[in-house]
Amino acid sequence: MRIAVALIAGLLFGLGLTISQMIDPAKVLAFLDIAGDWDPSLALVMIGALFVATPAFGAARRSPRPLFGTSFAIPERRDNNVRLLGGAALFGAGWGLVGYCPGPALAGLAFGDWRTWLFVAAMITGMALQRATQRA
Amino acid sequence: MGNFTPISSLLGGALIGLAAALLLLLNGRIAGVSGILGGLLERGTTDRGERIAFVGGLIAGPLLFALIMPRPTITIDVSVLTVIAAGLLVGYGTRLGGGCTSGHGVCGVARLSPRSLIATAVFMAVGIATVYVMRHLLAGAA
Repeated sequence: MRIAVALIAGLLFGLGLTISQMIDPAKVLAFLDIAGDWDPSLALVMIGALFVATPAFGAARRSPRPLFGTSFAIPERRDNNVRLLGGAALFGAGWGLVGYCPGPALAGLAFGDWRTWLFVAAMITGMALQRATQRA
Repeated sequence: MGNFTPISSLLGGALIGLAAALLLLLNGRIAGVSGILGGLLERGTTDRGERIAFVGGLIAGPLLFALIMPRPTITIDVSVLTVIAAGLLVGYGTRLGGGCTSGHGVCGVARLSPRSLIATAVFMAVGIATVYVMRHLLAGAA
């Protein structure tokens, strides 16, 4: 069941990225380009997602366990450190260069050209590099 | 604001929120794409099947869409080196910072996590600054 849920959630997520056009890096860059021909659409993607997700997190807080599991794996850390800020800043820079964050990049594999594949390969390399240097 | 698409953006966003709600309430997991993908690259990850199913669904979702609607356009108009640099930054940065647009931006903001609110503000601000430099400062100079 858990695998079926994950598959359906992934499909809905991919559909949402496609319908909202967030799958298109040009659409994302138009949102980030506040000094140009600004397209505020992406803010509404966030609002739409929060509109549904926020009550779900409220329900999870009141619920003893998920339907198909023993506990909620919700991050509990509250400290703000250099890793959080540095990581978010590096991610933001990469996001602004192309207009891809991890979700749309994966969702774009089916319809994007070789650039999407190259981005995903570099992204996975970056993830592996982070893990490799973390222990050093 | 020539290309503003409020209805499809809200609808698509709501589907993303629904995906996050299902994964949370049924499986007890956070729908953070960088975390789900990153976990697949590590030894000792126990819920590999679920992670692969989610990533598979994420890749197949647009194919499902294209069965009834026109195939989505994906425009990338930058050099090969920029694509590689951006991919490395996004991969390294999301793992270092513990999340991306979905994990911090949607799930973290939905539960008002202070770490996620800060991370979201930072990657939004740096993303906006990066586009400003690339499109308005460097493009004018070149």
